Amino acid sequence: MTSLQSLNVEQQVALLFLMLFGTLALVSLAVFVRSLRQHDTTQSDLQLRLWRDLRALWLGSVVFWLSWLSGPLGATLLFGVFSFLALREFITLAHTRRSDHRSLLLAFFVVLPVQYLLVGLRSFDLFSVFIPVYVFLAIPALSALAGDPERFLERNAKIQWGIMVCVFGLSHAPALLLLDFPNYAGRGAFLLFFLVMVTATAQIVQELMSRWLRRRPVARHIDRSFSFRAWCSGALAAALAGGALFWITPVPAWQAMLWAMLVGACGTLGDFVMRALKKDAGVRYWGNHSSLTGAVGLLDRVAPLCFAAPVFFHSIRWYASLRA
Amino acid sequence: MTFAAKLAGVLVSFIARLVTGAQGHWIGCPPEALQRIYFANHQSHLDWVLIWAALPQDLRIRTRPIAARDYWTASRFKHWITREVFHAVYVSRQRTDDQDPLEPLLEALRQGDSLVIFPEGTRSNKGVPQSFKSGLFHLAEQFPEVQLVPVWIDNVQRVMPKGEVVPVPILCTATFGVPMKIEAGEDKRAFLERARAEVLALRPALT
Repeated sequence: MTSLQSLNVEQQVALLFLMLFGTLALVSLAVFVRSLRQHDTTQSDLQLRLWRDLRALWLGSVVFWLSWLSGPLGATLLFGVFSFLALREFITLAHTRRSDHRSLLLAFFVVLPVQYLLVGLRSFDLFSVFIPVYVFLAIPALSALAGDPERFLERNAKIQWGIMVCVFGLSHAPALLLLDFPNYAGRGAFLLFFLVMVTATAQIVQELMSRWLRRRPVARHIDRSFSFRAWCSGALAAALAGGALFWITPVPAWQAMLWAMLVGACGTLGDFVMRALKKDAGVRYWGNHSSLTGAVGLLDRVAPLCFAAPVFFHSIRWYASLRA
Repeated sequence: MTFAAKLAGVLVSFIARLVTGAQGHWIGCPPEALQRIYFANHQSHLDWVLIWAALPQDLRIRTRPIAARDYWTASRFKHWITREVFHAVYVSRQRTDDQDPLEPLLEALRQGDSLVIFPEGTRSNKGVPQSFKSGLFHLAEQFPEVQLVPVWIDNVQRVMPKGEVVPVPILCTATFGVPMKIEAGEDKRAFLERARAEVLALRPALT
């Protein structure tokens, strides 16, 4: 550990990426070899999901790497684009009505850029309340002005929810990059890395455990594999991963583990919520390649992050304010 | 094709993809460089742009839309973008006695170009296409070797409802079906009805 600490920030980051891509390559290889050995058709569904999670992990790692390379401005822009694409997918399946047009324009072309601008300017107080407070009023107000009372609550709830998940939630990821923790300046990338790693670990371990444990699903109609034990093991694995990564966080190991457990548990729960939502919309993946949209299924991949990032961000800020 | 027109083409297709995804689903035929008449449901001004952006780059240049001459040549910009970027076939809406209104289309087909037509003639927002105008039948009759490809465009009406100017980003698809032909002895009405049914059959099932 002392030799690690003697490295400068740049070298530590390089080491991180080396470890990240190395581990990913190993895991992918292992899964690939397993899939060669297995021809059991009942397993193929889970196999497919495992692959999907791995793909998500690769995507996440590459995004993270890019956002590190491009600095704060690039990261903000990059996540802004992701938010845009995710919200586009969400709105596509939300079955809005014609009278929602203006509200949607507001969501896409005002709320989204402003939220990311606030991230870029590091005005984190306004950033935290802009969507839950101001947009919360603006969207239904505009919608009411359009004069269509039919399913008013439902339509506005959908739009607000979409903004909360795809814009508010996701914008906390670049916010982590830009957050100035005392004695930790310039190392926001580590926090983002920590977040991504920990949620991904929780996700994958939960998937593997549900496969291995074969417990009765808690909510069969929403997800056939989600069980409390699998969820807990996901959170525990996240805690272990967080403990192993504590040296990149500004806190001692046991606190890093607590954080990781919290974030991992939130991420997998977020994914679970998304599954329920998809069932409601009548699709399997957000990408829904067979019929309607032809999206790439981005929302599927960023869902755990959308839910875990705000929790992580605000718990860090709270913690920092305690120490200050 | 000038550089400016190329640039405009790239820009338009980029925006179309950004806003709508412009996903082409080729379920009935592959995107090949064959001479074709694509016929689709018509719900929005964006329909043509969506089909155009869903086509592979090398097919775009030989696939042409139909544009009303009086409207699309009214200003210099409209004229430029339809002529240089989209290579539109202009038709006049006023009917003159001595000229077949389909003549420009036949000319384009003689040159070997593909066409995109909206046989309903006007935009509908009922969800189900209106009955088809007979132009499609006459084209098919005179060019039996040209493939007739039905296309269903989905979701576009949500992107830009009638009367709105700014599009909302929502994913749209263009689904391309199995090429069809006039059957032996099939009359005009039966053919148009069948063509309409082919387009409608491509509509994704509502969930």
